[in-house]
Amino acid sequence: MQSTYSYPEFDYTQSYEQLSGKIIRHPVVVIGAGPIGLTAALDCANRGLKVVVLDDNNTVSIGSRAVCYAKRALEIWNRLGCAKPMVAKGINWHNGKVFLRETLAYEFDLLPEEDHQMPAMINLQQYYLEEYMVDRCSDLDEVDLRWKHKVIHLEQHDDHSVLTIETPDGQFKLEADWIIACDGANSSIRKMVGATFIGQKFQDRFLIADVVMKADYPAERWYWFDPPFHPGQSVLLHKQSDNVWRIDFQLGRDADPEVEKRPENIIPRLKAMLGDEREFELEWASIYQFACRRIDKLRHGNVLFAGDSAHQVSPFGARGANTGVQDIDNLVWKLKLVLDGHAGNSLLDSYHEERSFAADDNLRVSTSSTDFITPKSNGSRHFRDAILELAKHAPFARPFVNSGRLSTPTPYIKSSLNTEDEDDFAGLMSPGTNCADAPILTNGEEDWFLNQVGSQFTLLVFGRHEGVETANYDNVPIKIIRVGTDIIDKKGVLTHRYDGKAGAIYLIRPDQHIAARWRSFEIQKITNSLGIALGSK
Amino acid sequence: MKLNVNPMIDDPDGFYKELIDSQRNCNDEEQRLMNAKLILILANHIGDRGVLSEAIALASLR
Repeated sequence: MQSTYSYPEFDYTQSYEQLSGKIIRHPVVVIGAGPIGLTAALDCANRGLKVVVLDDNNTVSIGSRAVCYAKRALEIWNRLGCAKPMVAKGINWHNGKVFLRETLAYEFDLLPEEDHQMPAMINLQQYYLEEYMVDRCSDLDEVDLRWKHKVIHLEQHDDHSVLTIETPDGQFKLEADWIIACDGANSSIRKMVGATFIGQKFQDRFLIADVVMKADYPAERWYWFDPPFHPGQSVLLHKQSDNVWRIDFQLGRDADPEVEKRPENIIPRLKAMLGDEREFELEWASIYQFACRRIDKLRHGNVLFAGDSAHQVSPFGARGANTGVQDIDNLVWKLKLVLDGHAGNSLLDSYHEERSFAADDNLRVSTSSTDFITPKSNGSRHFRDAILELAKHAPFARPFVNSGRLSTPTPYIKSSLNTEDEDDFAGLMSPGTNCADAPILTNGEEDWFLNQVGSQFTLLVFGRHEGVETANYDNVPIKIIRVGTDIIDKKGVLTHRYDGKAGAIYLIRPDQHIAARWRSFEIQKITNSLGIALGSK
Repeated sequence: MKLNVNPMIDDPDGFYKELIDSQRNCNDEEQRLMNAKLILILANHIGDRGVLSEAIALASLR
C-alpha cells in the first residue's frame, strides 16, 4: 500500500520518578494520547494545570479513522491554539448528495452561516490532527507527554488514585488527584473501575478504504443506497487532504472480515466503483462493525471518562471525535476550579449530568441513522426504500432521508448549572447553549467574539449598566466585555445573535456556554447564578 | 381523541376497488413498497403528530 504520510516516532524517555523510584502525586493524569486525550492535555495546560499524559504507543493514529471535524470542535481547538494548521490542511466542505441506485435522490447543503471564524465542517486525516496537537503540546511546559507508558493497574482511594505503569524499563507507580480516561472504545481503565458499557451492537460489517487518486470530484459527501457498482448495500465517498479519498462500503451481516480485508478483494470493489481507467492506490483499509453504547457514569470517583471510553456511536454523522472534544471542553474548567478550591467536588457531578445528556442525544441520533442505513426488518426496509424513491419527486420525503446527521453541539437545556430566564429574549442563546461566534473589532483590529471570552467566567454586557465593572462578584474573577467599549460590533451580528439591542447581560462559563442572562443589572442575581454555575446551589 | 374514525369516504366500495386495482399487477414486494409509500404520503398530508400517533396506536391494536 502506498502512503502519503510518514508516521512520526516519538521518543520514549524514562521518567525521573521511575528512575529515582520516588512516587510523585500529580494533579491530573490523562490516559491515552488520541484526539481526546491530547485535547485534554492542551485544555489543562491552557488553564494553567500541569498534566501528565500516558500513551501505550509512540506514534499517531495508524490509518485515518476519524475524518470529519465540525465547527464546535474546531472552535475548541482554536481556543487551545491548534486549529490553524487543521483548517489550513483540511478540506472545507458543505454539500452532500444522496443517490438511490443511479439517480440523485436528495441533496443537502450544511448552509454554513456567514460570520463565524471556523468553517461548518472540515475533513482531515486523524494522523494529521494528532500530529498538530502533539506539536502544540511540545510548546507547552505544563504538558508531560510520556510515550510507551501502559497503565496495568489502578487503585482508587478517597482523594487520589495510584497507577501502576509498565514501560520498556519495567514497572513503576505514580499517583494522581484526578484521572481523565481517554483510552478509547476498548478502554482498559473502564474495566479497572468496574463500569458497565451497554447499548446496541450492530451486525452489519463495513469496509473503509482510504484511496490515493487524482480525481476532480467535488469536495462533497456522496452517499449511495443500492448503487449499480455495489448492489443491495450502501457506499460513502468523501474527500480528505493529499488526494486521499475515504470510501466506505457496507458489506452486510454475513461478510467474512478475514476475506474482505485482503487487498485482492478490496481492489475489485474499488474498480467497480471508480471505473477501470482510473488510477488509484490503496493507502489503508479496515473492516469494522459498530456499536451505540454508553458508560453508566462518566465520573467514577476521581476517574473521569471522555470520548469513546465513555460513549461509542456509529460513524455516520461524525459524532465520535467531535463529541469527545466537547466532553473535554466541559470537564477541564470544572477540574481547574475544584483543584484551585473555588468549587466543591460536586461540580464534577455536573460533568456526568451534562455530557451524558449530550451522549444520549448523540446515541439517539446516531441509532436513527443506523436504522435507516441498515434496516433491521423487512418492514423497516420497505419504509426506507419508499422514502428514497419518493425523495426524487416529493419534497416532503427528503428530510426523512438519513445517511447520517452531522454533528452539532447538544445544548445543556436542563442543566442544574443554568439559571432559568426571567426576561424575554429572542434567538438561540438560551442558558446551556454554546456561544455563537461573531465578527467584532477590538483596538481597531478585526477579530472574533469567541477569542475575547475569558478563561474564567465572562460577563458580556450590551448597553449601559451602572456598576457592572466595579462590582465584587463574591471574589470570583470575572472578565467583563462591554459591547461598544471593549469590543465594537461593527456589523451588528453579535447584537443580533444575542438579542442585545434593548440591553442585556450574559453570564458565560469558562467553556463558552451561557449560564444566565438578564435585561438589567442586579449584582445579587449575578452572584446567585455564579453560585449555581459553580455547582454550589 | 383527535383522530377521526367516523366514515369519511363517500363511496367506500369504489375507493376500495381503486386501492386493490392499483396493485393488481404488482408482486408482493412491489405491493409492500407501494403500501409504504402510500402511508408516508398520507401521513405527510395529515401532518398532525398527535393524529398520527393515535393512528399508529389504533393500527397496532391486535
